[in-house]
Amino acid sequence: MTATTAPYAATPVHTMRQPSARLRAWATRAPLMPALVFMIIVTQLPFVATLVISFFHWNSLYPKARHFAGVDNYRQVLTDADLRHSVWTTVLLTVTVVLVSLVLGLALALLLDHRFPGRGVVRTLLIAPFLVVPVAAALLWKHVLFNPEYGLLNGLLHYVGGPQPDWISTTPLLAVETALVWQWTPFMMLILLAGLQSRDPEQLEAARVDGANEWQVFRYLTLPHLRRYLELGALLGSIYIVQNFDAVFTITSGGLGTANLPYTVYQSFYQAHENGLASAAGVLVVIGSIVIATFALRVVSSLFREEVSRA
Amino acid sequence: MSTIAVTLKKHRGLSIGLLAWLVGIVFFLPIAWMALTSFHSEADAATNPPSFAASLTLDGYREFFGSGSGASPWPALINSAVASVFSTVCVLLLALPAAYALSIRRVKKWTDVLFFFLSTKMLPVVAGLLPIYLFAKNTGMLDNIWFLVILYTSMNLPIAVWMMQSFLAEVPVAVIEAAQIDGARLPTILARVVAPIALPGIAATALICFIFSWNELLFARVLTGVVAETAPVFLTGFITSQGLFLAKVCAASLVVSLPVLAAGFAAQDKLVQGLSLGAVK
Repeated sequence: MTATTAPYAATPVHTMRQPSARLRAWATRAPLMPALVFMIIVTQLPFVATLVISFFHWNSLYPKARHFAGVDNYRQVLTDADLRHSVWTTVLLTVTVVLVSLVLGLALALLLDHRFPGRGVVRTLLIAPFLVVPVAAALLWKHVLFNPEYGLLNGLLHYVGGPQPDWISTTPLLAVETALVWQWTPFMMLILLAGLQSRDPEQLEAARVDGANEWQVFRYLTLPHLRRYLELGALLGSIYIVQNFDAVFTITSGGLGTANLPYTVYQSFYQAHENGLASAAGVLVVIGSIVIATFALRVVSSLFREEVSRA
Repeated sequence: MSTIAVTLKKHRGLSIGLLAWLVGIVFFLPIAWMALTSFHSEADAATNPPSFAASLTLDGYREFFGSGSGASPWPALINSAVASVFSTVCVLLLALPAAYALSIRRVKKWTDVLFFFLSTKMLPVVAGLLPIYLFAKNTGMLDNIWFLVILYTSMNLPIAVWMMQSFLAEVPVAVIEAAQIDGARLPTILARVVAPIALPGIAATALICFIFSWNELLFARVLTGVVAETAPVFLTGFITSQGLFLAKVCAASLVVSLPVLAAGFAAQDKLVQGLSLGAVK
């Protein structure tokens, strides 16, 4: 199949002069090229460079000592207790935040799928957390909510005579996760709400006429319909949260065992100047992301195929 | 019997509405509290239990905008505006023709090309950060806002191509053919025919690119310093600040978030569609 067999291109637009098929193919491709070439240069080339650097011993404070190291950096990354811990932290952080925000987002989407006075206002209130600049949101949680002396959380606990814990130092990872769940629940809600509103109302009506109760409708109609939207939310959320830097950097500065891989990579080249080691860790982040991305692409492409066949 | 059922249904609807309002308020509470605190004096801001009725003042904002101590945020805000606006313009200039080739002209293997764009979004930023840093350092592009513009363009281009191809697919082909018969060339067709029809979609794409660029921290943190510092980097200056500056922190966070909040509220529906890469309509 060539591009020229597309139904609309087949109409004889240029009847005066027929350029060769190859020339026409290039003319079709031309508008695409700037974007494609730009993306390859700016995203693929640096990754190749990272891959090359990851096989070198290279501390930027001692540039003369740079030499080929084989897989040494990878061995070091995988055996270093701190780095292994940051791999674990990344997994824990991502899985917790995605699952909790997905479940909360589902509950909120189900609520907002009903008609009630002020629904639009509630929706706007709920979207707001997602729209606060990530660093600002992290500052808000760190100073305004979690602070043990004057934070709002302990302030409210004070009224009910509750304890006054220092949230960030006693439960550091939970503190980061809470802030991220607050930011990402609205995103999940928006996707799932779009999913709910694309249900076939006649099918729902038919199920109700047949005597299905709320739970049965949810279990056998809504949930299967939402499956793809749940998957999409989970995978897009994972892609962003696996790479999270802002919250970890701001709330704990990677301390107290909350350093995830992106923060560790940042630290090992920005502060420790270990270029080779940082690159090896970066490559490992990529491998992890490829695993997620493989699933993500499958889900998105299935949604996409559905759309194409509908069109 | 039926009246009882109706009343029950009414009350169920009412309780769902109340529950939704309650959850909405709980989620919004941190932002409302941040806004209230930003109008308190530092002494009133840092109290436990919190003071709801403390008198309001603009001191936090005055502090933030630099009439007090500390650096002025204006250069950082202007840098963020420059990086966001210019990268968004670059993204649109590159994405519109690409989306045209992928949706209206349908190049060979167009789905593969579309997936290539998406796959670059899944390459973590840290995967290329070091070479990009070294390149900037060796070419004197460190602490240069235009270098950030290039990187933000690459960060948002895949999303823009995805969104725009789904918007352009809705432009009727007959209109484009008519323009071709009249002898219009590609730039004219894009600017005069395609862009006006797909304008709402293009605007939504632009808003999302603007938001992402405005929010970005990692690139800006690593690649900028004194001159090209962006607003999120400016905010990181508050990471270790103590209670004395609470009102100022709140004012700063709100001011920096304001453009994104405004843009996001304006484009709620398009936001979902864009963030889910056009997969959800």
